[in-house]
Amino acid sequence: MSDVVLETKDLVKHFPLTQGILFKRQIGAVRAVDGINLQLHRGETLGIVGESGCGKSTLAKLLVGLETPSSGSIMVHGADIAGRSGAEMRRARRNIQLVMQDPYTSLNPRMTVGDLIGEPFEIHPDVAPKGDRSRRVQELLELVGLNPDHINRYPHQFSGGQRQRIGIARALALRPEIILCDEPVSALDVSIQAQVINLLEQLQKELGLSYIFIAHDLSVVRHIAHRVGVMYLGKIAEIGTEEEIYEQPTHPYTQALLSAVPLPDPTVRGLRDQIVLEGDVPSPADPPSGCRFRTRCWKAQDICAAEEPTLTVRDASAHPSACHFAEVRNVVRVTE
Amino acid sequence: MATDRDITATIDALPGLDASAPPLEVNDLQVEFRTRNGIARAVNGVSFSLQAGETLAILGESGCGKSVTAQAIMGIIDSPPGFVTGGEIKYRGVDLLKLPESQRRKIRANRVAMIFQDALSALNPVFTVGFQLSELFRKHRGMSRADGKARAVELLDLVKIPAAKQRVSDFPHQFSGGMRQRVMIAMALALDPEVLIADEPTTALDVTVQAQVMALLAELQRERNMGLVLITHDMGVVADVADRISVMYAGRVVEEAPVRDIYASPAHPYTKALLESIPRIDLKGQELNVIKGLPPALTNIPAGCSFNPRCRYAQDVCRADPEPPRFALAPSRTSACHFWKEVKGDE
Repeated sequence: MSDVVLETKDLVKHFPLTQGILFKRQIGAVRAVDGINLQLHRGETLGIVGESGCGKSTLAKLLVGLETPSSGSIMVHGADIAGRSGAEMRRARRNIQLVMQDPYTSLNPRMTVGDLIGEPFEIHPDVAPKGDRSRRVQELLELVGLNPDHINRYPHQFSGGQRQRIGIARALALRPEIILCDEPVSALDVSIQAQVINLLEQLQKELGLSYIFIAHDLSVVRHIAHRVGVMYLGKIAEIGTEEEIYEQPTHPYTQALLSAVPLPDPTVRGLRDQIVLEGDVPSPADPPSGCRFRTRCWKAQDICAAEEPTLTVRDASAHPSACHFAEVRNVVRVTE
Repeated sequence: MATDRDITATIDALPGLDASAPPLEVNDLQVEFRTRNGIARAVNGVSFSLQAGETLAILGESGCGKSVTAQAIMGIIDSPPGFVTGGEIKYRGVDLLKLPESQRRKIRANRVAMIFQDALSALNPVFTVGFQLSELFRKHRGMSRADGKARAVELLDLVKIPAAKQRVSDFPHQFSGGMRQRVMIAMALALDPEVLIADEPTTALDVTVQAQVMALLAELQRERNMGLVLITHDMGVVADVADRISVMYAGRVVEEAPVRDIYASPAHPYTKALLESIPRIDLKGQELNVIKGLPPALTNIPAGCSFNPRCRYAQDVCRADPEPPRFALAPSRTSACHFWKEVKGDE
């Protein structure tokens, strides 16, 4: 798993805030993504967790080229795709495909399933010759566990879980190496969610895909991810393998996040070392100085306001953690 | 103008009111929606009762009828197309379905109140939260605007909204998601109800905010010895707060049990499958168990047990009417499955 397929370096996206109608002045910026360094290896699933407004969806849009980064680079197999346009961008995008959150709104209701899944071939005609397309679409339908005879049906004739399978088939059409899943199961019921998670895992094994799996559901991410990055206000607070993040979290935010997740086991009720955070996430237009989590952190000292902690391995943290006072605290006690 | 005491007196004078009866009891409730595509039978014989101070969780997936049950209790089903076609909803022994709307209105908010999932669409965007909170006191208690506003500030304080005095004149869009849900809670608790129905109160919130809101709800419930009906699909939240659980499927209660029993030994195949399909730490790297197929369309519920097409225990007896009765396994424990013993693993 040493083969890096995707890498970002100091990736930044600021959305300008302007004032005035005719003569727009920039009065600030929403720092949605503010310096993200990631590496994704072949066949690996990297989970990105964080609360709403932490920039995880903006990160997804940057990676598939739906937004242009303000600065920084996105390297696919060592070639920078950030800020490319035209034919170059099209070629680069073929390798990174997106599965979207809401299967009810991300499929055009006026297109048949065949057209929806076949549309990527219109844009990239060299992938499948014209006569071959409907056969390819049927293969894809079969691959994601749908009936290939349903090629002429419309999205409303499918259930939520089946629609998400259509979304996955469409993402697979161009045989990408990297699939970005932006909250792929959060709109689905638990029993359907399990079907889609199993499908994603099975496809990864069969096709050797790399996933970036963005979600707010920590137990789903734990199940599917090999490595996990925790985001807070446009930055990565802590990153490591699934065991490191869930069993030895060292950043206070990760600890609070994990401790807030209710466990589906009434016998551990009250045994959780629950950290209830005060207040809300600050505005990304005006993030706190120094460490961005300090306004809600119980460990905050003067140094946290003065100096921004870097995301590095520290004495008390074996994996990178962006906290001056990083130390292991096991918040989820598993009774065994 | 009706004062506080007047309303309490009118409610207490309702014929059949029995202070020793449970604050909420639902018997064999039936709700259907008459649509162009046929009759959708959303609730088909739901029964449960709630004691003071108790938390009952109603667990189920989308379309199982849990929200419709809540709306029927509050009397806010869109009608047409929705109709309550049978059953009883009793507040302390008084059947609310038989009361005229004017009487029912007094019970609502005074005795039985509700919190909705999406606070932004449940609050009126063109009035300040203070106006909306004080409206309750003006309409139900006949207070003046100034008094109502003072009470609104107290309420915002109660749900721990910082700087309540200033925030009371803010509009709903000026609050964050968690704060908005607190406003909803304040509104529901304004008239000190005995029963609170919370329909997915934290589904739209982030986990850290969810923890804040659930902690607040638990605290207020304890202080007031209030009964709480928590409607949710999140099995984590349920495990954390509920005393008893009713699991719903296709408009029926398929299993009811104290919280520990249901997680330790589910006695209905649907509950069992549901618990197996959530990702767990010890099953990392393994395939998750899935429930094959889809929930039935409410316009076309299968004969016999409604879960039979998806069930791995199903036999011929499950596929034919009548539907399985609710077998009593133990005091306060039922399962609507012919094979509950096998499912539970007793034999």
